[in-house]
Amino acid sequence: MLPVIELDSLWVRFGRVAALRGLKGSFKGRAIGLLGPNGAGKTTLIHTLLGFHRPSEGGGRLLGHDIRSQKAEVRSLVGYMPERDSFIAGMSAVRFIRMMAEVSGVPPAQALERAHEALYYVGLGEARYRPLESYSLGMKQLAKLAQALVHGPRVLFLDEPTNGLDPPARERMIRLIREIRDTDEVNILLSSHLLRDVEECCEEVLILKDGQIAQYCNLEEERRANRKFLELEVKGDQEGFLGGVRGLGCECAVGAKRRIKVILPPEVAVRELFGVAASHQVQIRHLDYKKDSLQDIFLKAMERGEGEQANGGL
Amino acid sequence: MAVYERIYKRYLGASTPRWSRFLILPRYTLRDVFSSKPLLGFYVICFVCPALFATGIYLSHNVAFLEIFSGFPQEMLKIDGKEFRLFMGFQALGAYLLALFVGPGLVSRDLANNGLPLYLSRPMSRWEYVLGKISVLALLLSPMTWVSGWLLYALQGNLAGGGWLMENLEIAVGIFIGSWVWILTVSLLSLALSAWVKWRAVATFLMLMIFVGGIFFGALSESLFGVAWVKMIDLRLSMGTLWDHLLGLQPDSGIPLTAAWLAILGTSALSLFLLNRKIRAYEVVS
Repeated sequence: MLPVIELDSLWVRFGRVAALRGLKGSFKGRAIGLLGPNGAGKTTLIHTLLGFHRPSEGGGRLLGHDIRSQKAEVRSLVGYMPERDSFIAGMSAVRFIRMMAEVSGVPPAQALERAHEALYYVGLGEARYRPLESYSLGMKQLAKLAQALVHGPRVLFLDEPTNGLDPPARERMIRLIREIRDTDEVNILLSSHLLRDVEECCEEVLILKDGQIAQYCNLEEERRANRKFLELEVKGDQEGFLGGVRGLGCECAVGAKRRIKVILPPEVAVRELFGVAASHQVQIRHLDYKKDSLQDIFLKAMERGEGEQANGGL
Repeated sequence: MAVYERIYKRYLGASTPRWSRFLILPRYTLRDVFSSKPLLGFYVICFVCPALFATGIYLSHNVAFLEIFSGFPQEMLKIDGKEFRLFMGFQALGAYLLALFVGPGLVSRDLANNGLPLYLSRPMSRWEYVLGKISVLALLLSPMTWVSGWLLYALQGNLAGGGWLMENLEIAVGIFIGSWVWILTVSLLSLALSAWVKWRAVATFLMLMIFVGGIFFGALSESLFGVAWVKMIDLRLSMGTLWDHLLGLQPDSGIPLTAAWLAILGTSALSLFLLNRKIRAYEVVS
């Protein structure tokens, strides 16, 4: 499968400031979350892929097209939803979306048809003849999504798509992004500082820190790999049970609500805990794997040492 | 992505040729321009002058009219470069006023609402965007300047007969080049000011001040320094000098042709520099 994004020691400098520092990797995910604290280089990476910033060193490819020499080809494959409010004043939504489709190369008649369809798709069908400046913030976000979709791109760049949205509007936006992802017609690169957005929409996550890749992982695989913790609730002789579990070579700790946290060594199977429980006549009322949340993965990535860069690519 | 299906579908149909896409911008903008009744009215008024000149050319060849006004000096009834120079002067004023109304809003509207990333994230370069915006003014100003001029030239040639067209080819070339230089200069200037200040009203005011200020400071500089070429900062006079040369007339401004070209090209180069700095998807402050 052709990688969606390939980065080849990509450096972007603005004067003396290096915004991206030698990013390297090959990213194939259907929906990639781009995470990082403010100033990590998320938006700069998107802008560089779009050709807004010229790489200072290195380069990259989007679906096999070089971002330096094939800007027009790259842009014709991309739908871009910018972070900030972006529209053309004095235009109705349908006219604006139609014009954007035409600029992308869709002939006028088809552009009009697709503009109506895109606006219905994002839920602005009833408001499509209203001037854009009269739209609420949530509606403007949806109009931005419609203009990014109207020409049927192969890759969708979404820069903070839920910015400023109230909870119902956010839910709607997230649902739309997931629907688009699940069509398998388009790859999504979602940049956000909201972990929950990325967790709900993306299968893979690229974490940037200080212009470098701190981590690139498949969320589900990462969670599976980190199934070290077990959380238990027992009824009966808890102290005896803890002693028995420790005797197996496990580390134990009692947390809030008397829940026991157990770290299993690789050679110990879960069923052995049931044997210990039976020998101490203890009932195990609750047993759950504690999965690493995206927050855990993100925080671990942030704790990496300065200058230590993870290699992108699965 | 059919409305009834409400699912996302990629567009797999034919695409328009890449070279033609900059023309989308004038198509949308001109529709807005002509939806404004005051602007449409002014545009119609701009064609009164060509109509009057056409009438004049016709009458200068009308035997009955010439018999009635036989006492008039023949020089006044003769159609040559001077008449076309007068025509260009009138039309250039109309073109300037139209560019003053339309030009400053062309880019500032996009910049004020962060619309540029939307254009430039598509297969449209910065220079195609600028070309599209200049096309708005070029398409608007061409019919009232060089197209009208050529029609008058053709009318005069047709009525005069006897090889007048070929003998005065210099006039046709002069009208074409002179008009385009004016169109490009005012278009670039209005776009640059619009991109620089991002505020339509201020850009309009600045554009007015550049011409009015040029007249004032040109005259002031001449009286202070005692040399005529300093008047080149008056773009109206520099352009007039250029037109005189193009139409084979003797300029009376006192500005050398080189100085006139320098003023015009300098203004255009400065405008291009500003456009290059400001027409970007995002400005980077480093």
